[in-house]
Amino acid sequence: MKYILMMNTMRAGHGVPAWAQKDLQAHVAFMIGLNQELRQSGELVSAEGLSFPDQAKLVRAGKDGVCITDGVFPESKEFLAGYWIVDVDSPERAYAIAAKASAAPGPGGAPLNMPIEVRAIMSGPPSEML
Amino acid sequence: MTKPWDVTSEHLLRELAPQVLGAVARRFRDFSSAEDAVQEAMIAAFTQWPREGVPENPRGWLIQVASRRMTDLVRSEIARRQRETTVARDVEIMEPSVDIESDMDPDDTLILLFMCCHPALTSSSAIAMTLRAVGGLTTTEIANAFLVPEATMAQRISRAKQSIKTSGVPFRLPSAHERAERLPVVLHVLYLIFNEGYASSIGAHLQRLDLAREAIRLTRCAKALLPGDAEVAGLLALMLLTDARRAARTGPHEELIPLNKQDRTLWDRTEISEGIEHLTAALSKGSVGLYQLQAAVAAVHDEAARTEDTDWPQILALYELLKRVSPSPMVTLNHAIAAAMVHGPSKGLELLETLDTDDRLAGHYRLDAVRAHLLEMVGDCESAIKHYRIAASRTTSIPEQNYLMTQAARLAEK
Repeated sequence: MKYILMMNTMRAGHGVPAWAQKDLQAHVAFMIGLNQELRQSGELVSAEGLSFPDQAKLVRAGKDGVCITDGVFPESKEFLAGYWIVDVDSPERAYAIAAKASAAPGPGGAPLNMPIEVRAIMSGPPSEML
Repeated sequence: MTKPWDVTSEHLLRELAPQVLGAVARRFRDFSSAEDAVQEAMIAAFTQWPREGVPENPRGWLIQVASRRMTDLVRSEIARRQRETTVARDVEIMEPSVDIESDMDPDDTLILLFMCCHPALTSSSAIAMTLRAVGGLTTTEIANAFLVPEATMAQRISRAKQSIKTSGVPFRLPSAHERAERLPVVLHVLYLIFNEGYASSIGAHLQRLDLAREAIRLTRCAKALLPGDAEVAGLLALMLLTDARRAARTGPHEELIPLNKQDRTLWDRTEISEGIEHLTAALSKGSVGLYQLQAAVAAVHDEAARTEDTDWPQILALYELLKRVSPSPMVTLNHAIAAAMVHGPSKGLELLETLDTDDRLAGHYRLDAVRAHLLEMVGDCESAIKHYRIAASRTTSIPEQNYLMTQAARLAEK
């Protein structure tokens, strides 16, 4: 069963976080380590980080399908920062990975405990038999 | 002398894969490396044979290529150890002898099947191992079938081999007692491969390897190796009797068509009669199990020319037996449907109540889908709509979701 683990940034409008270099490095090392661990366990389908929310554009089709782009809305509370798609044997395993990612180190090495949204990815039709 | 490559060649190559692996693993006493070496020999064959023709002795060809690879591996391993210990030792390199073919044992495929369906492995690892070592499929093919990157699948296989190694299982046929104990795991893995294939055999995934056909091939092979086992035959029958309905299961827009609305003229008669033949032979052996009973239910459906001809009392009797032989909430659910068809929907709804407190089925879409269907039958449209919608939000299958939403919409417009 495949799951998407979506990591949301806490607030919109924030660019590069103003962390100490040591903290940033620990955070990056943690994320690289997590991806490597998932690759080695044979569970990683894909993982991507997204550019910062202040670089995002909101697109919608206007009259005659003309493309209208706009900056993001500052009142938005959360933005997708990145995601993992994993192929695991149980939902509990997906939750465990999400919890691990959530506790990535932040300033001073303290766990960030970021909210990670876990959703099952829709697959083919299940069996008629079971 | 070579023979031209044709449709039977790939089949032959896949049949040979576990036999060659058995011989090489026994000779070199290293299952994990032998498995890699045979995989490379298979890839070499798949590249060369279609172009250059099938060698006169395909088995010998594969053994030679795999053994050469093994010798290389052994050599580099010795070199590595010598570098590490800086002690030059005389280690005799095992050269593949010409008579390695005499090492082949008809039971090798069976040994491998038990090894790959090892109880220490998670089902996804066991499936991958079985498809590669017993099925002779390449890592790329398996990765594509499960829609994961090749590197992920390769890693899954390598970890599975590590687990098998740590478990210390020797490369030999388990004792009769052990076999009886572990056969259910083997059958379950084959069943899951079939299920994965059957569940995903819809439009968008046409380019994927046909896992349902592969599962049928492997189960046929298991049945030939265990001719006395009624459950292997029962599983093969179940697969054939289910696969027979494949063409009728989806409409022109890939929408799911439930059993009672299928165009039964599209069912594959050849598969049905073969399935019934296996089932009849299995049932005569006297030890009735889970797969034979499920196959028997499938056979009752397949034998009805029209939905209204379905022998529901017989299906109900079969589910009553299943409840005793192999009780599970899914069996109870199906039993409730059969009871509703025989004694009316109220009886079915009453039986469903026992499942509301069962944690194993809590939140499962099928409970809501069945309840919705029975509520519709008793004429409680309001509640039926509600449960169709709950079921739709809980399934992880898009065709199933579309079907359930459509049912709710149809009732709402009444």
